[in-house]
Amino acid sequence: MLSSAGQFFLREGPSIGYSGAMIQATSQQDSAPVFPASQTVVSVTGLTKRFGGRLAVDNISFAIQRGQCVGFLGPNGAGKTTCINMLLGLVEKSAGEIRIFDLEAPRFHRQIKARIGVVPQADSLDPDLSVEENLRTYAGYFRIPRRLVRARVEELLHFFALHNRRDEIIEHLSGGQRRRLLLARALINEPHLLILDEPTIGLDPQARHLIWERLAILQAQGTTMLLTSHYLEEVSRLSQQVLILDHGQVVVQGEPQQLITDMVGLEVFEVDGTAAELDALAASFKECNATQERVGDKLYVYAREDCSRLVKVLGEAGSWVRRPANLEDLFIQLTGRSLRES
Amino acid sequence: MNGFSFWTIWLRNGRVWKKHILATLIGNLGQPLLFLLAMGYGLGRDMAAVEGLTYLQFIAPGLAASAVMYSAALETTYGSYTRLTVQKTYEAILMTPLGVADLVLGEIVWGASKGMLAGVIMLAALPLFGVIPSPWVVALLPVLFLSGMFFSACGLIMTALAKNYDFFNYFTSLVITPLFLFSGIFFPVQTMAPPVRGILEILPLTPIVSLSRILCYGRFGEPILMKIVGSLLATGCAVWLAGYLLRRRLIQ
Repeated sequence: MLSSAGQFFLREGPSIGYSGAMIQATSQQDSAPVFPASQTVVSVTGLTKRFGGRLAVDNISFAIQRGQCVGFLGPNGAGKTTCINMLLGLVEKSAGEIRIFDLEAPRFHRQIKARIGVVPQADSLDPDLSVEENLRTYAGYFRIPRRLVRARVEELLHFFALHNRRDEIIEHLSGGQRRRLLLARALINEPHLLILDEPTIGLDPQARHLIWERLAILQAQGTTMLLTSHYLEEVSRLSQQVLILDHGQVVVQGEPQQLITDMVGLEVFEVDGTAAELDALAASFKECNATQERVGDKLYVYAREDCSRLVKVLGEAGSWVRRPANLEDLFIQLTGRSLRES
Repeated sequence: MNGFSFWTIWLRNGRVWKKHILATLIGNLGQPLLFLLAMGYGLGRDMAAVEGLTYLQFIAPGLAASAVMYSAALETTYGSYTRLTVQKTYEAILMTPLGVADLVLGEIVWGASKGMLAGVIMLAALPLFGVIPSPWVVALLPVLFLSGMFFSACGLIMTALAKNYDFFNYFTSLVITPLFLFSGIFFPVQTMAPPVRGILEILPLTPIVSLSRILCYGRFGEPILMKIVGSLLATGCAVWLAGYLLRRRLIQ
């Protein structure tokens, strides 16, 4: 089904793979990232945005290396979207420096944006136009020669399994089909950087998995990506690096599994029970290297070593689960449990 | 802005328009044609000649100019506001190499094109009412396009300021309708008392209505240079202001 699309995307990215730490991020003033220029796709130093008196983005620095997928995480209002909009020139920066493809932004935005693809959070497809017309119209904005557009549209329609709906008006598409079309549209200019702002928001699991599968193919071919999402499973699957923002600042950055092991632990026990039961368990767990958290009538134990020997103690408790520590634990630990409603 | 990049936005709007061609044409042409029928044919039969023209002949060119105004102004208010808010078309466009200047120019030239088309159809319909335009009417086309640019830019200014669709009621009730009634389409401005005449003559549609009548019948009685220069200046200012305000709204 994807044979032709596969060839098309193979020429997308670099031929070599990367591993290890490819992103550096800090909230401090003086640590500008230093990388060989050709490998750094995005380099941001001291980026700041003030809306009136409110600091939406507070002195952020990071870099994205070629072929990497970097996950931007953070509660609502943390500054993720503002940060992305500054990269795209939709929000003017108050201070700091942005370089994309070694070009200064916003000065060279026309050249920069010619090589970026964006999947926006909100559906911005042309509802009156058909699937194919949407792609052709968008290709027009990039002034892609007509003879190339035809081939690219075909490949993208097949790659995202939309070729049977090419003449359908957008209104008649499902949520998943619209999202796939937004992705196809973002790839029409063969971008060197793909920015994904909540790419699977509001989709059912089937639709979400189909998109993950396609993104994984793009990634295997070396496409550089910047991803924001509230689905931490999505970020875990796709990103080699994460950057957690809160209150406009970078709280932590690094390789996700490493961060989880370092900051949360190896595994998590979630136990339900009465206050008395949980008190007793909390005492037993002190024998093991673990941190504990009580939320209502639930006890969370984040084990930093193998605490298997305590399983028989737990057996007496009402109900419990034992699972590996994940990105969500890290996220909650760093940004707290309180709701962020803007 | 980069040369003719704005043209791709024009093409996008044209592509959407083709899908609703009948509805938009009827919407834009219904009113001026009905006015021509009711006022020109119905009322005008029993009226004395105005400036040597039958009443129907007198109002016909101005109604064509009003068709341009309505079509252009409605396109860049309701149409552009929908693209700005509901459909997020501008957001999508600004993620491509196109900038706000391309966007503003594309929208305004599109509105002017739609306006001019409405004007041309009105002019083409005049022989049905027994009005035969002179060959000078060809020179009227760029004037109608210029007027379309002006009213598109005014509409886009409103769009840049609007918080919701109701905001455009102010624009249509307080700007467009008074211009329709008092720009010399239905009565000669020259014969008004001097202070009133002065006010009516600086309304932006008045010189366009005069030029329409002059060029439609090839009757060059009054000076036309000032009318053209004035309209060009007003259009330039309106386009600049539309660009300034839309940029302020789109780029935070």
